[in-house]
Amino acid sequence: MLEIPCPWCGLRCESEFSYGGEAHIVRPENPEALNDEAWADYLFMRKNPRGPHLEQWHHVYGCRRWFNVKRDTLSYRIECSYRVGEQPPEGEI
Amino acid sequence: MPAGRLKTNETEGRITLSRPITFSFNGKTLQGYQGDTLASALLANGIHLVGRSWKYHRPRGILGSGTEEPNAVVQLGIGARTVPNVLATQLEIYEGLEASSVNCWPSLEHDLLSVNGWFSRLMPAGFYYKTFMWPKSMWMKYEQAIRRASGLGVSPNLPDPDRYEKTYAHCDVLVVGAGPAGLMAALAAGRTGARVILADEQSEPGGSLLYSRETIEGLPAMKWVAGVWQELESMEEMKLLRRSTVFGYHDQNFLTIAERLNDHLPRWECRGARERLWKVRARQVVLASGALERPLVFGNNDRPGVMLASAVSCYINRFAVAPGSRCLVFTNNDSAYGAALDMVDAGIQVQAVVDCRPRPRGVLPERLRQRGVEIIAGSVVVNVKGTHRVKAAQVMQLPAQNGILKGEKRLIHCDLLAMSGGWSPVVHLSSQSGARARWDDARACFLPGMPVQQERSAGAANGSFSLNACLSEGSFAGREAARLAGWEWDNQPDPPSSSMQLEEPVQPLWLVPSEYAPGRGPKQFVDMQNDVGAADIILAAREGYHSIEHVKRYTALGFGTDQGKVGNINGMAILAQSLGATIADTGTTTFRPNYTPVTFGAIAGQEVGEKLFEPVRKTALHEWHQARGAAFENVGQWKRPWYYPKSGESMQEAVNRECLATRESVGIIDVSTLGKIVITGKDSGEFLNRIYTNAWKKLAIDKARYGLMLGEDGMVMDDGVTIRLSENRYYMHTTTGGAAGVYSWMERWLQTEWPDLQVFLISVTDHWATAAVVGPNSRRVMMGACQGIDFSAQSFPFMSSREGTVGSIPARINRISFSGELAYEVNVPANLGKPMWEVLMAVGEEFGITPYGTETMHVLRAEKGYIIVGQDTDGSVTPDDLGMGWALSKTKDFLGKRSLAREDCMREDRKQLVGLLTINRTEVLPEGGQIVEDPDAAIPVPMIGHVTSSYYSACLGHSIALALVQGGRSRIGEIVHIPLAEGRVIPARISDPVFYDPDGERQNV
Ligand SMILES: [Zn+2]
Repeated sequence: MLEIPCPWCGLRCESEFSYGGEAHIVRPENPEALNDEAWADYLFMRKNPRGPHLEQWHHVYGCRRWFNVKRDTLSYRIECSYRVGEQPPEGEI
Repeated sequence: MPAGRLKTNETEGRITLSRPITFSFNGKTLQGYQGDTLASALLANGIHLVGRSWKYHRPRGILGSGTEEPNAVVQLGIGARTVPNVLATQLEIYEGLEASSVNCWPSLEHDLLSVNGWFSRLMPAGFYYKTFMWPKSMWMKYEQAIRRASGLGVSPNLPDPDRYEKTYAHCDVLVVGAGPAGLMAALAAGRTGARVILADEQSEPGGSLLYSRETIEGLPAMKWVAGVWQELESMEEMKLLRRSTVFGYHDQNFLTIAERLNDHLPRWECRGARERLWKVRARQVVLASGALERPLVFGNNDRPGVMLASAVSCYINRFAVAPGSRCLVFTNNDSAYGAALDMVDAGIQVQAVVDCRPRPRGVLPERLRQRGVEIIAGSVVVNVKGTHRVKAAQVMQLPAQNGILKGEKRLIHCDLLAMSGGWSPVVHLSSQSGARARWDDARACFLPGMPVQQERSAGAANGSFSLNACLSEGSFAGREAARLAGWEWDNQPDPPSSSMQLEEPVQPLWLVPSEYAPGRGPKQFVDMQNDVGAADIILAAREGYHSIEHVKRYTALGFGTDQGKVGNINGMAILAQSLGATIADTGTTTFRPNYTPVTFGAIAGQEVGEKLFEPVRKTALHEWHQARGAAFENVGQWKRPWYYPKSGESMQEAVNRECLATRESVGIIDVSTLGKIVITGKDSGEFLNRIYTNAWKKLAIDKARYGLMLGEDGMVMDDGVTIRLSENRYYMHTTTGGAAGVYSWMERWLQTEWPDLQVFLISVTDHWATAAVVGPNSRRVMMGACQGIDFSAQSFPFMSSREGTVGSIPARINRISFSGELAYEVNVPANLGKPMWEVLMAVGEEFGITPYGTETMHVLRAEKGYIIVGQDTDGSVTPDDLGMGWALSKTKDFLGKRSLAREDCMREDRKQLVGLLTINRTEVLPEGGQIVEDPDAAIPVPMIGHVTSSYYSACLGHSIALALVQGGRSRIGEIVHIPLAEGRVIPARISDPVFYDPDGERQNV
């Protein structure tokens, strides 16, 4: 079981959170202007890396805030968490 | 006193002679003492034969003295409390204990299935796979027979009467193991003031010191342990757990411990929970889990009376038991000489020590020589004579070079054979933590790998086998762990030193050479619990299995309840040898939790049966429904009235009556469970515009609108009516089951994509009790029950909302309908739900107001073709599929809109919602039934859709169904078929999904 640092509440047990997938996927400003491929890219395509991953978590049994986490998908090590709207460390996207 | 019990003051060990205990084994009453394990008590009674092996049913005895034991597995107790797979070497005896052997029929001494052993040459590795896989249809039968013939005991078939609990803990330092290294680690960490948990699987601390005759700081080892324990107990932040196995090391220093609270007590002394599962988050971990002695692999090395040398020491020194009277020792290292000295001092005749090393010259061999014991150097034991007990062993000289042995065989008589093949550090937890165990040639063992979590190993677990090294490494590790957790103390004393003598290096001996070709001579067992022999591994390698993980699965090496604790390393080494590779290349199999078997009870804890940790939600009117005799159904976590049977009524009769009463006069239903979310803030209208498919900004105050919510993929995810309460305040209804998900969904968009919107969400589902009054007489009921509202059609039209009172209770009344009838939904604060309901019932009495449940609600809405999200949709259904294209705004964007223009969503042959009318009007289709065009088509019959909702409609006098059918709207009027599992085929005609009042006149009166 992971220990996840909520930017508002501090370290909490994984069982308080739910997972939200890859972070920093921005909804296109004008979806109608996108072709099918570009829309599908937004909708379906995810990086799924082996290693560091920027991802969203929801503190669902806590403050109910969504936030971002940098987690290694191989070692499960969590390097940091940061609020929605903030930039990831060292400009990684 | 039984014959096998030693009686000198010096060797009474850890048992209490003044406290005899009576127990039984295989129905025979026996005596032991407080402090005995079942294994030590059996040996004291001269019992060596304790079970039969899994595959060949060979007689088996006691190999070890702790958790490593592969053979002495017993069935404990009877009835609901019977426990299979109990290790006799771990089980502390108590008054009244009943244990029995496993794998033998009809009795331990005369096992009929041991014929398996005679044919063992015909049952090589992979035998079951190769023989029983064909024909495939028979596999289930073969498997049953094989399972009956094998297996390790039986599980209870009655509910577990015991209680189990769980607890969470945080600590600075968790120390695993209370042997010399662990005790020193806990002491050093505890002295800094750090919060420490020390967990040890045995009944008392000491680990290897429990059977050591060494001295520490001039004290007998266990006197020293007692002093340390006393100091640990005096520490305020120290938690000492005995009989507690750390069985799992998970991510981020999360460890799980099974604490056995009652298993050592007679039933009448058991109090509270049987076991406690600890879930510990430790800042730092010290692994002082010790090492396990390896057996040697030679002919018939599984016979009762062949034991690990350390176990022999343990039975003598700890339990005052002589496991034999004449012993032969076989070793490749110095530690077994310690056991030989223990035996000599206990008066056991040591026939000789057979050492594969050409010139054993360490301190211990010298000491033994001085006692006049013969050392047969450069030689090996090749075979054991005797079936139910060792009678003799054959010894041969090793040749100068490797190869098949030739020459003279020397027969040495003995009733005990103590062997040592070297030591394997217990790296299980280190490996589970993610560290990759590394092979060490000099010490001939796997050592813990580079830590990837906050852990370190110390002592024998770290490959440091001398007592002095254990003491100093433990001390250092405890200190370091505390420091990293933020605790330091400058006055740490130097670690103590012991009397133990340094040893000469081990000489690896994985497979004892023999005079036979592989598979020809007597069986040389590697994994005794699974009856895996050296020949099986060599065969697997020859058949092309080169990965240790594959060999494990092909031969079953390491698959038993012992997980190959003593056998695995030998097996890996033999594989490496057969492949001409090194052990470092071959590597080890993955160590996974659990280190030792954990009961289901401990894992389940209190969450069993009715006490499952799933909340039950009841509405404010629940007691009223109960008093009225309602049958309930579960909707999500909610209990909802399903129907209200009158005496003698079947469900169908009750539902028919409720439907007709509602359509003809008036019915009432508790709809409090619908999700309710208040949306406030100046951007609420804009927000609704984005998450619903239709337009919201022009909705007038006190007006209601139906909304359809899509995922970004364009598929329907929820629906419901939303009411505008004031300029910036809306009241949203969601489906009962979807409430929590919709709430999270909306929060996510607001927090992540649209933080600029000023919108606030409040979940108010539980705040309100809601009754729907439904039917042509509902207006009359409302007029009688309410004050302050004009109910005329002109001033309170369909899809609008008013505030007033019911009785004297303030209420919000919404004129919305899920039945197609004139209907009103009355909302009052939840704690006033019951008086509100009673007023409506009293006023409605003259109209025969009829309470109805979810089943009638479903029939009424299906008659109107209204969908239920999650029943008529399944996450792959678009609004257009449902014929609800009218709900899609063309002028604004909304979530999911762009997806509706994707090619796949535009296909004309998508499944579309239609009605089905069975040709036989009383035949009700099963929901989920598959729809086909031609039931006689060749298999696989193409399926063109499925039934989503299906009921008998009393109002229509006809069975009706909703279905999703490929291109369904263009097929209206066609006959389709629904084949049933039983073989019958039901024909039905595709129709419009609206069966009743298609023009919607009834709700607009
Ligand atoms: Zn939080």
